[in-house]
Amino acid sequence: MADVLAFAEQRDGQIGGSAREAVSTAARLAGSLGGSAHALVLGAPGIEAQSGDLGRFGAEVVHVGQHDALGEYNPEAYASVVAERIKAGGYAAVIFPATTLGKDLAPRVAAALDVPLAADVTGIEADGGKVSIVRPVYSGKAFAHLEVDVSPVLVSIRPNVFQATESGAAGRVETFTPDVDAGAFRIRVVDRKGASDGQLDVAEASIIVSGGRGMKDPENWALLERLRDAIGSGAALGASRAVVDAGWRPHGEQVGQTGKTVAPKLYFAVGISGAIQHLAGMRTSQTIVAINKDPDAPIFSIADYGIVGDLFDVVPRLADEITALKSGD
Amino acid sequence: MNVIVCVKRVPDTETRIRIDGSGGKIDPAGVKFILSPYDEFAVEAGLRAKEAAGDGTVHLVSFGDAATQETLRSGLAMGADSATLLVGEPTIDGLATAKVLAAELEGADAPLILFGVKAADDDQQQVGPMVATILGRPCVTGVSSFEMADGKVVCHREVEGGTEVVEVDLPAALTITKGAYEPRYASLKGIMAAKKKPLEQKDAVAADARLRVVRLAEPAPRSAGRVVGKGPDAVPELVRLLREEANAL
Repeated sequence: MADVLAFAEQRDGQIGGSAREAVSTAARLAGSLGGSAHALVLGAPGIEAQSGDLGRFGAEVVHVGQHDALGEYNPEAYASVVAERIKAGGYAAVIFPATTLGKDLAPRVAAALDVPLAADVTGIEADGGKVSIVRPVYSGKAFAHLEVDVSPVLVSIRPNVFQATESGAAGRVETFTPDVDAGAFRIRVVDRKGASDGQLDVAEASIIVSGGRGMKDPENWALLERLRDAIGSGAALGASRAVVDAGWRPHGEQVGQTGKTVAPKLYFAVGISGAIQHLAGMRTSQTIVAINKDPDAPIFSIADYGIVGDLFDVVPRLADEITALKSGD
Repeated sequence: MNVIVCVKRVPDTETRIRIDGSGGKIDPAGVKFILSPYDEFAVEAGLRAKEAAGDGTVHLVSFGDAATQETLRSGLAMGADSATLLVGEPTIDGLATAKVLAAELEGADAPLILFGVKAADDDQQQVGPMVATILGRPCVTGVSSFEMADGKVVCHREVEGGTEVVEVDLPAALTITKGAYEPRYASLKGIMAAKKKPLEQKDAVAADARLRVVRLAEPAPRSAGRVVGKGPDAVPELVRLLREEANAL
């Protein structure tokens, strides 16, 4: 078999960008292997309605497993259903998104199937039936080119790196009802709180506004929030290790080797000098902008565009200009 | 309560990485190796769980080369009671590593097995849940704090855009992230005591790596761009470039 399966994540009943990226990546890989792409969606009854849309991103068949106990992610239930479907489908490769959910789920599935997993990959292609993989190691200080001996090849793909491309074709939706016994779960979610401001996670944002020690005080994050809001959807806040260690920002926002490694379309480094472990975590961003008063700050050595100046003057002006730009669209 | 903490020896995160002549490994010359930072949080979490219970032991397990002894001693200096070093060469195949650890941990008398959420070198976030799957234990990943409660553990975890409270039945495995467990500094007394604590060393029961590094490459060089200007007056030009040249806004 040369078919490739994409695990298409839904969150709160919404199928998002990470699912489309996984499906399109599966379609490209399946094309090189001479097979077709399938998508797997798990959710509460009704998720079927949105799932067909994945066909436009390259899935020939969209398998939709619906069950009341699958509306919210439960690692035990998801891992067993996904492993079962992979076994039954005989796929050559399986693509997971390297989101929080994907990073939790994929290793469980890999261990259940007894096949290795290449996590958080930034490249995957097939040539002559052989799959080759690229992934960052040491948080991007080096890249490892990998080969794998077994089938299926399991990978999780870094958000924002792989393009979701519309093919225009419609996928065939096939629903099934997995056998799930919620009473047997040994892991139970008892409470879930959204972020206080309902914002996007830094690892998945397409534009990141990151602040460092140059911000001087946690109160000053209002400036960065204003810039983020001016940019609008797809933007999230990030932070350097120094300000997370100081307790100014939550660890969930930390970018770098002891935080998250990110690859957004646009990265604003505001008042961040650019420690090696921070640079490692964001250097694969498509475009990097540095705003710093120190012209010798290491961040300028990898930034595409820099402004040397006082961030307290530059950032409000930047927010104003972007707001004006957006309202003129 | 007995706790087992699995730890890994990794290059210091502040270290510059150079690729060796073979092209498949890093050059260890001049590289400082440390206990992986997330594993340090896990050791701290284990020590606090033992302290809260008022009894039990914290045992460390690592799969690594002989120099990993030093890394284990640093965990013993923090307060862990004993350690086992499974001597071998971990690869990028996290499942092979998980099998080595699981073979050692099978039947272990510890309600809790802790891991760092990820190792600072390969950064795959997979060994903890893989070991748990092999052992048949439930596993909660990315735990920023937890409390023991009557046959179960109540875990707080970070998820996209929020937090989650998750209950898991014992025996369990948890992977620990930065949160409540700022690691303690080893005292001089702790460092002296660590030298006498039991550290068992044995050959790892090797599992074949089926995922292999063909070669390591330096990241594509990223050259310095340009300084658009100084101060707020440079902003309009920056916005124009981001829109027209970089196509990023």
